[in-house]
Amino acid sequence: MTIDVTEIKKDFPVLQRHINGKPLIYLDSANTSQKPVSVMDAMEDYYRQFNANVHRGSYQLANEATAILEGSRDKVTSFINANSRQEVVFTKNATEAMNLISNTWGREHLTDGDAIVLTELEHHANIVPWQMLASEKNFEIRWIKIDDNGHLDLSDFDQLIRGAKLLSFAAMSNVLGTFTPVKELTSRAQEMGLTVHADASQYTPHTKTDVQDMGIDFLTFTGHKLLGPMGIGVLWGKESLLESMPPFLGGGEMILNVTKEGFSTNELPWKFEAGTPMVAEAAGLGAAIDYLSDIGMDEIRNHEIDLTDYALQCLVSEFGETMSIFGPKNSLERGGVISFTFDGAHPHDISQVLDEDNICIRAGHHCAKPLMQVLNVGATSRVSMYLYNDRSDIDALVSGLHKVRDLFIP
Amino acid sequence: MASLDDLYKEIILDHYRSPRNQGELEPPAHRCEGFNPLCGDEVIVFVSLINKKIEEIKIGGQGCSISQASASMMTEIIKGKSVSEAEEIIHAFKEMMDIYESELSGKETDGTSSSIDLGDLEALQGVVKYPVRIKCATLAWNTLTQSINEIQNIDDSL
Repeated sequence: MTIDVTEIKKDFPVLQRHINGKPLIYLDSANTSQKPVSVMDAMEDYYRQFNANVHRGSYQLANEATAILEGSRDKVTSFINANSRQEVVFTKNATEAMNLISNTWGREHLTDGDAIVLTELEHHANIVPWQMLASEKNFEIRWIKIDDNGHLDLSDFDQLIRGAKLLSFAAMSNVLGTFTPVKELTSRAQEMGLTVHADASQYTPHTKTDVQDMGIDFLTFTGHKLLGPMGIGVLWGKESLLESMPPFLGGGEMILNVTKEGFSTNELPWKFEAGTPMVAEAAGLGAAIDYLSDIGMDEIRNHEIDLTDYALQCLVSEFGETMSIFGPKNSLERGGVISFTFDGAHPHDISQVLDEDNICIRAGHHCAKPLMQVLNVGATSRVSMYLYNDRSDIDALVSGLHKVRDLFIP
Repeated sequence: MASLDDLYKEIILDHYRSPRNQGELEPPAHRCEGFNPLCGDEVIVFVSLINKKIEEIKIGGQGCSISQASASMMTEIIKGKSVSEAEEIIHAFKEMMDIYESELSGKETDGTSSSIDLGDLEALQGVVKYPVRIKCATLAWNTLTQSINEIQNIDDSL
């Protein structure tokens, strides 16, 4: 079944906007997605009708607010096929979720002489928390390299993971769009005794996520790339692992009891949710999951395969050798993220010229500077698509890029 | 409404396509790196200062048209100047790039309040209409300022 993008676009108010009389062409969803009306309504409803602090009140309003927060947790639980709601922890964003893992599991398990394994595809959020901890605990960080097509080079994988304690990788690259072989990496790493974390910030919004099928130990993602609001992310972890970990932030909500002598921690998942949580954001995330589920993640993925194919074909046929496109050439091996450089025009200038026609794409290092070094570029232009994009957006991009070429390439 | 023609003047594109004074200088010339964390642009300024005069200046690194053209034009106007002359030019340029801020704060300025003739560099005036790009235009200049400060600190400590 194909999805009806014309109808979908109507649900996204910002996509109706015209700036200087021209429509908005939004191709930066890997950066943040736009939000449908239902997400905004859910958040506004919460503040208009249900606002009370959660887990504390003995009155109906507070119980309703609590039901909204915990109801969203249930939606996340089934959306990623987690075993139980105890395994779903709300965080501020994916970055905080990864810092939670490094500060709790990492601090307990990693010490002098240990090693962890990352990949060259990683976003800074899956690099810097580990570097911060490594500078304190003095463990080694090893890197899985990428090949010329932007796939992980697994030729020395067994050697890299030997003796290491953690494998942490992006399930989909935010720069190259590469899907990494999650199940293959996970089963080989777990056989060798490693704990496995997948950063699914780019993955979960665009394709069906099944943590049990993936076999991983931890999964992290953010709400705002998934049609949800900014300010909420998710850490999923196997219950036994989360049970064994010390708490992250201390304060209210995460305790069972506090005395002058000390404290005991609350049960999962609240053990990791210190302080008043982001209830409106959770309501928004729940509405986003409903919206995506109604359309169907498989349908969304198929739509993006089709659109990515079309975009790749257009870019290659229109610009040929003057454009370098990074990452896998086969749209079945990548998500709807296309990074490129254009001979004679810097990414920053490309997006500036496109902006004249309200075409929004990202320019820069995409918070993946080590990957930029591997690709031997300072920056790339990045187009990223979602369920509300169609071929007309790609056509607008192509005509915008012709303007870039006319201006910069005499 | 600002138009692209304000930003991408022919002289800017010319400096971008054919940057002047590109390359490196060997030590004892001073080397200083500047970064724009927003877009990943980097500039390396090499300065050879002899008797308080900038005898030679070269630019390395990579970046967008605005940062590259600004760096290229900077080398042309700065080369051969004394440190105090260079500082006056830097000040005048930064003042030109500050029009947006001045407009926001409601202060009147004609953009060229100092008596320094910035020549080709005035083509960069259009950048102030694109606030995000001001950092591109000033990257090389801030790095040159840092370079001069570092050289003077070294001299002071001798």
